[in-house]
Amino acid sequence: MNFDASFAAKKFDSVGTRPVRPDGVDKVTGRARYGADFNMPGQLVGAILRSPHAHAKIKKIDVSKAAKLKGVKAVITAADMPDLTDGNSDLYDILDNCMARDKALYDGHAVAAVAAVDAHTAREALKRIKVSYQVLPHVTDVDQAVKPGAPLVHKDTFTAGIDPRPAKPSNVAKRSEYGHGDVDKGFKQADIIVERNYRTEQTHQGYIEPHACVASVNADGTADMWVCTQGHFVFRQTCADLLGFDVSKLRVTSSEIGGGFGGKTHVWIEPVALALSRKAGRPVKLVMPREDVFRASGPTSATSIDVRIGARKDGTITAAQADLRYSCGPYQGMWAELGAMTSFACYDLENVKSVGHEVLVNRPKSAAYRAPSAPMAAFAVESAVDELAHQIGMDPVEFRIKNAAKQGTKSSYGPVYGPIGIGPTLEAARDHPHMKARLGQNQGRGMACGFWFNFGGQTCTDLNIGLDGTVTLAVGTVDVGGARASLSLVAAEELGISYD
Amino acid sequence: MTAIAVSTTINGDDVDVLCRTDETLLDVLRDRLGLTGSKEGCGTGDCGACSVIVDGRLVCACLVLGAEAEGRHIETIEGMANGDELHPLQSSFLEHAALQCGVCTPGFLIAAKDLLEKNPEPSEEEIRFALAGNLCRCTGYDKIVRAVQDAARVMKGG
Amino acid sequence: MHYERPSSLKDATRLLAGAKGRAYVLAGGSDLLVRMKGGFIEPELVVDIKAIKGLGDIRKSGKGFSIGAAVPCAAIGESAALKKAWPGVVEAANLIGSKQIQGRCTIAGNLCNASPAADSVPALVAAGANAVIAGPKGKRTIAVDKVVKAPGSTSLRKGEIVEAIVLDKRPPRSADAYLRFIPRTEMDIAVVGAAVNLTLDSKGMVKSARIVLGAVAPTAILVPRAAKAIIGTKLDEAALDRLAEACSAACKPIDDKRGTIEFRKKVAGVLARRAAGIAYKRAGGK
Repeated sequence: MNFDASFAAKKFDSVGTRPVRPDGVDKVTGRARYGADFNMPGQLVGAILRSPHAHAKIKKIDVSKAAKLKGVKAVITAADMPDLTDGNSDLYDILDNCMARDKALYDGHAVAAVAAVDAHTAREALKRIKVSYQVLPHVTDVDQAVKPGAPLVHKDTFTAGIDPRPAKPSNVAKRSEYGHGDVDKGFKQADIIVERNYRTEQTHQGYIEPHACVASVNADGTADMWVCTQGHFVFRQTCADLLGFDVSKLRVTSSEIGGGFGGKTHVWIEPVALALSRKAGRPVKLVMPREDVFRASGPTSATSIDVRIGARKDGTITAAQADLRYSCGPYQGMWAELGAMTSFACYDLENVKSVGHEVLVNRPKSAAYRAPSAPMAAFAVESAVDELAHQIGMDPVEFRIKNAAKQGTKSSYGPVYGPIGIGPTLEAARDHPHMKARLGQNQGRGMACGFWFNFGGQTCTDLNIGLDGTVTLAVGTVDVGGARASLSLVAAEELGISYD
Repeated sequence: MTAIAVSTTINGDDVDVLCRTDETLLDVLRDRLGLTGSKEGCGTGDCGACSVIVDGRLVCACLVLGAEAEGRHIETIEGMANGDELHPLQSSFLEHAALQCGVCTPGFLIAAKDLLEKNPEPSEEEIRFALAGNLCRCTGYDKIVRAVQDAARVMKGG
Repeated sequence: MHYERPSSLKDATRLLAGAKGRAYVLAGGSDLLVRMKGGFIEPELVVDIKAIKGLGDIRKSGKGFSIGAAVPCAAIGESAALKKAWPGVVEAANLIGSKQIQGRCTIAGNLCNASPAADSVPALVAAGANAVIAGPKGKRTIAVDKVVKAPGSTSLRKGEIVEAIVLDKRPPRSADAYLRFIPRTEMDIAVVGAAVNLTLDSKGMVKSARIVLGAVAPTAILVPRAAKAIIGTKLDEAALDRLAEACSAACKPIDDKRGTIEFRKKVAGVLARRAAGIAYKRAGGK
């Protein structure tokens, strides 16, 4: 949806006020229930055994000793999560990430899981599972992984997006290209060109609440799951697909969520909890220890980005080019593609080209993290933009204003923009007193632009009016940090009633 | 097996509980006693989400054995409000929107309570120092600091 | 795992000496429980020493201070007398972890954990502190720098417990200081630590000094050449330059993500120089 200016001058009664959040009292008294705060009758405790190797063939898993331990109610491996993905490679990757099949693809990759009467017994059971590994060479660095002769994460990955299909397998799962115009011609028109390589390491979302769920599969094939998630509809669909449930028979309830930042949009342990519960015939609670969160739930991509930008002395960018390599972990993602789409989206460019490479490495599967992929691309592009402005001798803010996208600009990723606020925003920043405030010792000042889209997911909304005239708003969207308050305000505004 | 009986006092109430010797106080509070207000964010004393007060000392419940609770007085988030009446820190956190996802909030409140009991008029720097053992990923800390400053003022009767 | 909470040192040492499997002393637990949680150790026996009479006390006598092995660092920071006599030891002890950790951690535990980066250890070594050790064969007292042998390894024998850390009475015009470098503002492990303990003569000249560096070698290191550089001076620039140079030269640091060898060497000199200035001022030097 394009920016709608018609609300700009509207006065609101509820929207814009700051009432106490509806979830507030529960959260300050410790009553709010997060993923790990829920229990079910007869519940077991789950635990996951993880690979100590970054890359290894799983030759054999012997669970017999674990299964015999008193108090152990279920032990599962990939054999208990058969492949029902029917050729859907995205789903297969999720299944493989939840429980390694023939190979462990990163340090921390799940290889087996148990459900037992208590946490101690579950941990003891894990120690009794014997896994025979054949350790394979691994690659974790995004630039090393694309070099010829690098260890292959998968022997059957042939770069998609290249025509004709390459004859040799590689760790580049996909190439994607965005842009328009002729960059070679554009660079010839440039007076100054800045060309740099930028590398960023992977970073973890670091939500304070580790992943946690309670899964309960009933004898009649219905199932219940309580889970901290950023999208319970997606979780329901994915879990149902992987485990062969009818979507209508799997009820997923989202708990309070202790931070997600994108990392809780993906399933990690939830299908495992369901598989354990199905095998044990009892509810299973599965909580990731912090160490597992860091080892086995997705960080951002590590990146290596080549940027080349040329401009005339008057500050007009004549050409902009980027080659972006994003680590995906062991499974193809769309991280480099998102980087390629967003990298130059802030600017009005005649000649632009961004090429993204999805690079497979022996690290945990990369996950969404706050405008996934865009910050790294912005870091690279904006660093080069700053340097270019300095070389031209132009104020970096003015330089950006001069090149900012505006209504009617054909964006670097394709669409033509409707009304877009970057120009006025930059002007407001330029005119702000803080931009001219004197700097103290060891202080600096800088600015950068970034671009992100909006995505929708599945949800549903109910608005009920009670017999007493009060309104109940039920929204099937997870409240990650304020949706209840803000959506209630919107409802109150539209209905012309007070928030209280 | 190696379960031992522990008699302790939690939020003023006498409590008897059986636990394994290697269980932490946090495990005992959450899994044995249903006091899930204290959260396990890390289990290694880094995040402060399990902050409780034991005999007047602020500690991470994940770094205390349940067995050590014997004969001690423990204060948790569940005992912070007086019935329906919120503690001034709790009210202040609500008013200042000093919480978003809220999972770190119980730990921050307990740590802030400990601070104000020992230092009723802390400076901003002292507040930030005292709360350095509590991690928050949502707020950026600023609103938390302001909420504590305001609660200190209210508690002093200002 | 067996958990015992003896009420006497005799019982504690007997339990530890008689343990069949791996036995550990529990004071603050801020290292022990983390290692248990991570699965690095699985103790057969844990002996909680906090119920032993006297181990939770800070005692002042004509000879100096005795800090019981179970005294949490928060209590060390609350002791006005200790802060006055040994400000460097107190500031080092209070830099360990957060307020939550301070509520539990002890300097005896910090010593026995034998981490190269322990904050309180350089300050204790600079202070010339001694460890009183109780064991099945009685008590012995050794200098704290004789306790740590290597990372994670101490000279304690089976059944032995550090009972207290003893700090001698100070001559007049004495003071100490500790500084450390960490990438964050709080809650981090020292990349470099520097402790300086000195005594001035009546004219404000440095009469004696002990300078110790942490996190730049397998154990805290005493740098006599750095002390020599400032003895007999009023900490003029040239003396401080010599001190910094001696400290940088004494470092044998590792190269890791937290700091390069070059960085650690340089920072060791800078911190020692600053710590010397603070200690000098505290001792009344001008």
